[in-house]
Amino acid sequence: MGDYSTETISHIDREFIADLLRKGERLDGRAFNEYRDIEIESNVVPAKAEGSALVRLGDTSVVAGVKVLVGEPYPDSPDEGVTMVTAEMSPIASPLFELGPPKADAIELARVVDRGVRESETVDVKKLCIKEGKKVYMVFADVYPMEYDGNLIDASSIAVNAALLTTKYPEMKWENDKVVATGEFLSLPINNVAVEHTVAKIDEHLIIDTVLKEEFVQDCRLTMAVDKEKNFTAMQKGGGSGPMSLELIDQAMEMALDVSEDIHKLINEAAKSIE
Amino acid sequence: MSPEVKPDFLISPEGLRVDGRRVDEMRPIELKVGVLKQADGSASIRQGKTYIIAGVYGPRELHPRHLTLNDRAYLRVEYRMATFSVPDRKRPAPSRREKEISMVIANALKPALFLEEFPKAVVDVFIQVIQADGGTRCAAINAASLALADAGIPMRSLIPAVAVGKADGKLLVDLGDEEDKYGQGDVPMAIIPTTDEITLLQQDGSFTREELAEAMQMGINSCKYLHELQKEALRRAYVKKTPDNGDEDDEDDDFEDDMETDLGEAALMEDE
Repeated sequence: MGDYSTETISHIDREFIADLLRKGERLDGRAFNEYRDIEIESNVVPAKAEGSALVRLGDTSVVAGVKVLVGEPYPDSPDEGVTMVTAEMSPIASPLFELGPPKADAIELARVVDRGVRESETVDVKKLCIKEGKKVYMVFADVYPMEYDGNLIDASSIAVNAALLTTKYPEMKWENDKVVATGEFLSLPINNVAVEHTVAKIDEHLIIDTVLKEEFVQDCRLTMAVDKEKNFTAMQKGGGSGPMSLELIDQAMEMALDVSEDIHKLINEAAKSIE
Repeated sequence: MSPEVKPDFLISPEGLRVDGRRVDEMRPIELKVGVLKQADGSASIRQGKTYIIAGVYGPRELHPRHLTLNDRAYLRVEYRMATFSVPDRKRPAPSRREKEISMVIANALKPALFLEEFPKAVVDVFIQVIQADGGTRCAAINAASLALADAGIPMRSLIPAVAVGKADGKLLVDLGDEEDKYGQGDVPMAIIPTTDEITLLQQDGSFTREELAEAMQMGINSCKYLHELQKEALRRAYVKKTPDNGDEDDEDDDFEDDMETDLGEAALMEDE
């Protein structure tokens, strides 16, 4: 998912992919604006996580889990809860991932997925306040890739959203200067949902949802978070230093808008299947 | 997700455990081989609510190089828990506990492997705990050993593992989360099933010598049963089924049926 421009890849592969694209084809026969099969399984960690989802995007798969904790608010927003998304590129997912502290690409993955959730105001943080200045809910969504065959960002974004939508956590109230459980369970106050779509640029071509081999030869990628109202709530250009013209960017935005409705639908269906 | 409540008793007056099991009864176990496409070998295990995935890479070039062993491959095991696998959120950085467990798991698996076949290389075993509900290190060994076999690493045998423990004065096999937390002791163990040699043994809590001997015997019995499940899981992944006789086995993927678990267990106990 990172910048693989330094990765060794055979000229044959590079030429082959470029040739195909010129003919309007891709390695696995998909159209340029077509996602691989998406499978969403919600609530895969029912006993310990407040919300969770397993997402398969072709041969890429990730598990996302949500923990809802009670903590203290930040001093500059005493009446707001906290949401945070983290991701790890665990070496179980690919021979390309190495052990050790997160490198730039893992940090980018986490931050891009986090921005998709935060900037679209997916969770209404005002409603996560238990007692102003004292206690708020803190919502952690953590992503673990299990298999990496390209496009971790979109898979993670879908998984995080599906996990947030199915989250059920114990209600707390402020009583006699401390937090006590009421015994009720709540769903998260969801305002909006934004899903990220990543389009890669290879030569003058744009393709959505790259497999690993395509990612190896991409000039760069553009990730866009599109919400239910078809607004863009976050963007990130990365995965290589290749420049992109305004025209191509506009084209990429159109591709994202075209696919987003279907994927929103899939996430909603997965969430409904739990209730 | 379930709020933590301490149960009133771990063994009911009828002699049953919190989840209704008998003392020598394992939780339902589901083993799957070849669950990750990127890894050279992989396996998953569901043991009660515990859910773990293991992936094996290698033998491959070892980085960093200073760890190189000139006469055999380096076995590197990474046991990691997902932040959401436990009631509180686990901090994402590897804990001291995870490091120690990684080490004991490596030691448990090593005797089964012909690492001397691959000097200077590394065999990486990555273990991800998705949901932890007691007995994770043993479940991890069960899955890791299958993942190693799936990766084609030459092995003397699969390694089964189980945690025996004590609660309300009774010895129990395959501790669940509450039994682990509120019980009086825990003896995780792994064996080489062909020789009954023990490759992992830890203990906490308080046991008499007699109790320990009995606990270990119970552990060996359960491990042998687990070994059968492991072999069966491998067979499911590798033995091509002929159209005439294979159909019935197809449905057997999940071990939801407690009865099945019971019967295997009971049969083994009778052999003693």
